[in-house]
Amino acid sequence: MKEEFRILSTTAILGYGFPQESFDEGMKRKPDLIAVDAGSTDPGPFYLGEGVSFTDRGAVKRDLEIMICAGIKENIPVVIGTAGGSGAKPHLEWCADIIREIAKEHDLHFKMAMIHADMDKEEMKKALADGKISPLEPAPQLTAENIDATTHIVGQMGVEPIMKAMDSGVQVVLAGRAYDPTVFAAPAIRKGYDKGLAIHLGKILECASICATPGSGSDCMFGYLGEDYFRVEPLSSVRKCTTLSVAAHTLYEKTNPYILPGPGGHLDLTDTTFEQDSENTVKVKGSRYVTAPKYTIKLEGAKCIGYRTVSVAGTRDPIMISKIDDIVEGVRARVADNYREKGYQYTLNFTIYGKNGVMGDLEPVKDAHPHELGVVIEVVADTQEQADTICASARSTMLHYGYEGRRATAGNLAFPFSPSDFHAGRVYVFSMYHIIEVEDPTALFPINIVTL
Amino acid sequence: MKTKLTDITDVVRSKNSGPYELTLDIMFKTFEDFEKVCAAKAINEKLICDLYKITPDKIINIIDFKPAKSIKVTIKRPICSGDLGETDVYGAQQHAPLLDVVLDL
Repeated sequence: MKEEFRILSTTAILGYGFPQESFDEGMKRKPDLIAVDAGSTDPGPFYLGEGVSFTDRGAVKRDLEIMICAGIKENIPVVIGTAGGSGAKPHLEWCADIIREIAKEHDLHFKMAMIHADMDKEEMKKALADGKISPLEPAPQLTAENIDATTHIVGQMGVEPIMKAMDSGVQVVLAGRAYDPTVFAAPAIRKGYDKGLAIHLGKILECASICATPGSGSDCMFGYLGEDYFRVEPLSSVRKCTTLSVAAHTLYEKTNPYILPGPGGHLDLTDTTFEQDSENTVKVKGSRYVTAPKYTIKLEGAKCIGYRTVSVAGTRDPIMISKIDDIVEGVRARVADNYREKGYQYTLNFTIYGKNGVMGDLEPVKDAHPHELGVVIEVVADTQEQADTICASARSTMLHYGYEGRRATAGNLAFPFSPSDFHAGRVYVFSMYHIIEVEDPTALFPINIVTL
Repeated sequence: MKTKLTDITDVVRSKNSGPYELTLDIMFKTFEDFEKVCAAKAINEKLICDLYKITPDKIINIIDFKPAKSIKVTIKRPICSGDLGETDVYGAQQHAPLLDVVLDL
């Protein structure tokens, strides 16, 4: 029987932290791999578009310091996926810089592979023209204009580029945008373990202790991959993996829990079984990998659409509250009229907390009678100055708007802050969420080896 | 029998599944209740459309997942996450209407 491949997953997202005791427990189990996923599109399009991390530098350094020092000392590979949260070039460089700093401070010397995931715009336009790019429903069709407008385009690499990087004998792999499970699965698949089980295990380990009960986004998890099963074990005595907690995790952030698509194929969990292996450990069997006829890679991109200024206020006036919709429309019309001549292109949006501020159009409660409302005035325009002007105009108009039946003539809004308006800077939207057909799963992901 | 969904579930949550979709997970306390709800098809298109004021074409799927005694509903987001007019970037607070649901089982 094949010996188990042992994986220490440190935390759900690099920089979310983990207890040192849990990590030490993991090291006692003699892992073959220390890995972490650093990415997510959850925080929205800004971070990819702007080229900055949504996690804090100091927090990422703290996590990496523990992982890299232990990995180098014990000669265990350390693999990091979706560097800097979004995995484009500035994110990769940002994380590489942290690793260089750690190496220097601890006098560590090792080889590191950096795998780039940035997609060339001209190549993307050619692929689009050749019919190789299609939207991931319900995303819209891609256009060449959108490719040009996108600041960073990344592709989600599969296991192949990571396996290739490991073939060059590096001790650390720092990957750009990667399909979340790959950093855990690739080293195991490279050693001949089953792809379906390896990727399913990777899917669970990428969220570390979230699959345990009580769940946590900032604690370690240990995976053991055997020939026809895998096991997951939490490393903190306060947590347990139960068949239910692990099965339930399969639902998390997925469209369909049985069919999980990824680069080059999908994971089929129709015949997967979950069984309690010990009090805190769960054994999983039967997950299958189905290779697609054509290898596809998911593309992500974001583009800048302007600058945002916001103003935050509230109202406690029952007459104002009862007329809020009319007041908002009145303010909107007043501002539009004042700036008609200027020809500014802007979006003015009022988010009304207490009415439908959280759910917007999906809000089923249409007749609420709140005693107070929160108002966020948001303007997105071509320049920060224009956004400031429109936001200031909307804010002052709303403050003194003379609605019918008004008693409170000194001001309609309560501002919690002075100044009342805030620059939110550049605004991005997702401009690409598509798949591209490729011949070679590694061709789009160049690897460079650096010696520290 | 009228049964409050909150009385027979442990978890009711929402989250993005990619930037274009919103997924709702309903995890039942017991397999018995899960089976009963599935058999009655009590979590159905009409219920979701009524709750979220959407049309059936916005529903991507409603799936029973027995290993986790759960029902998963995935719908199209009204807008892509982070687009202008966004109210919930992560989609983590769109579960609330489900907490008021009363099923006839």
